[in-house]
Amino acid sequence: MPLELSQQARQRIAAVRARYPEAQAACLPALWIAQEELGYVPDEAVALVARELGLSAAHVFGVVTFYTMYLRQQPGKFLIQLCTNVSCWANGAYDLLAHLEERLGIKRGETTRDGMFTLLEVECLAACGQAPMMLVNDTYHYDLTRDKVNALLDELRVKGTGHA
Amino acid sequence: MPEPPVRIVTKNFGVKDSHRLGVYEGRGGFRALRKALMMKPADVTAEVKKSNLRGRGGAGFPTGLKWTFVPPGSETVYLVVNADEGEPGTFKDREILRQDPCLLIEGCLCTAWALGCHHVYVYIRGEMYEEARILQAAVDDCYQKGYLGRSVLGVGFQCDVTVHRGAGAYICGEETSLLNSLEGKRGWPRLKPPFPAVKGLFGQPTIVNNVETLANIPAIVENGGEWYAKLGMGRSGGTRVLCVSGHVQRPGVYELRMGIPMREVIDEVCGGVRDGRRPRCVIPGGSSMPPLDESELDVPVEFDALMTDARIKDVEVAPGVKFDVGGGKPLKTMAGSGAVVVLDDRTDLVAACARLMRFYAHESCGQCTPCREGTGWLARVCTRLADGHGRKGDSALLASIAHGIAGNTICPLGDAAAWPMLGFLTKFRADFLAKEPQ
Repeated sequence: MPLELSQQARQRIAAVRARYPEAQAACLPALWIAQEELGYVPDEAVALVARELGLSAAHVFGVVTFYTMYLRQQPGKFLIQLCTNVSCWANGAYDLLAHLEERLGIKRGETTRDGMFTLLEVECLAACGQAPMMLVNDTYHYDLTRDKVNALLDELRVKGTGHA
Repeated sequence: MPEPPVRIVTKNFGVKDSHRLGVYEGRGGFRALRKALMMKPADVTAEVKKSNLRGRGGAGFPTGLKWTFVPPGSETVYLVVNADEGEPGTFKDREILRQDPCLLIEGCLCTAWALGCHHVYVYIRGEMYEEARILQAAVDDCYQKGYLGRSVLGVGFQCDVTVHRGAGAYICGEETSLLNSLEGKRGWPRLKPPFPAVKGLFGQPTIVNNVETLANIPAIVENGGEWYAKLGMGRSGGTRVLCVSGHVQRPGVYELRMGIPMREVIDEVCGGVRDGRRPRCVIPGGSSMPPLDESELDVPVEFDALMTDARIKDVEVAPGVKFDVGGGKPLKTMAGSGAVVVLDDRTDLVAACARLMRFYAHESCGQCTPCREGTGWLARVCTRLADGHGRKGDSALLASIAHGIAGNTICPLGDAAAWPMLGFLTKFRADFLAKEPQ
């Protein structure tokens, strides 16, 4: 079946469109809506967003590939984004990155085979006072240590498999 | 700990439910807006000019002066809030968005009134999911209570606020790139002129101001520009919000007196460096600014002092050869975004610099060749040097690449990579040379 956006998503895109004098300005918000619904933005979704806003697919493709937060592939249930920029770097971020790679059995940029975790190394997330830190889906986690990361991964795994 | 003379931007930090409109109103919120709406728009701008408020995003440009660049009689004017906080080491705007979104909204409304603007767009970093939700909730409440919408406080002034999320691109913190992104394009910076104040968002006159800058406006409206200017130092009005991180005992966001010496920030405010170590390298205003060494820490943290104080060494392109910012002007450093990163005397500064260079290489938008190629070269050469695979002459090579980028690009991202590279080399050259094969 070809990919479609839900009626609700299309209504949200129309509502957001009304906040701008030009349809093109709704491009980023519309891509966010598509990603929220689909989990990522595959080529078909690029075409759908272009159609909703009356833009060329080429333009939307150029946009979607410029920004790092639009995911071109289905991520794991939990998207882990660990900051390794200067303040986190100075507080052991690379040690944590190595630890995460070992615990999850994947390299940065990869997803675990069970589809549970995706691990990304990212740039400064504006929480340098509580370094090192990472973003898991849309939640910030601060002042991380190996122990804290272990506890968090265990908790997420339980949440992800649905067993309490 | 020394207290600042007054808290403006952080006055509601730590108060229970400070992000809620009701709490904000209970603490004197929207008094400034009521006052502004009784003033002539030009008089609001005049107070801001008098206040010596300077942009808190990084450049330190006088805010009131920027506002006057909007051509008189412009029919459609936009105010765009730069909430795309991404300069490494910077985490103050995020705190304002979390803890006091209504202060930002009030600042936007006073500014919109001064500019004759009817639609404010807040461009917020994509990664700040929670902050975007908090801000949107505050905006919704403000619509409900009549602070936003068709007739602000019933005076017939229409003002809308739209929260617009970015999607992951440091470059969008640069104002013309931000405008392109807001228009639904790739975040490529624009050539200037025309400046946004003349031709900005959707081709209309547009003022782009940083979150913290706008959070200062209500206090200026309420207490007057002169009051605000007097709080400051020299040509820099108000207090200074610093976000301190790295190897200090007590990292965090602090609102301090303008011009507080860097050493006092580290030793008194933040409790000194951890484990009794010494501060060997201090980034004074976000990673794009040349760092200070330990001998330079008595300088006041103030816009002009950090650019001109004789105690700060001039950045060099080679030993004894000063870097020329333009017109023969030497480069010291800048107050930037107020992000202070303290690195102790055990830190591998070549590795720290390499990490920063990888950041700029990752974030270069790819539009200008010197930056697109140069940042990649800086990252690769500096990383190989840091990793022990350097070649003889790599330090000079890094300086030469950086010098080739600086001043040769559309936007300041090229300089933002080149300046700290040259700054690290100027102040910690021995560290770099020691990594070259002997």
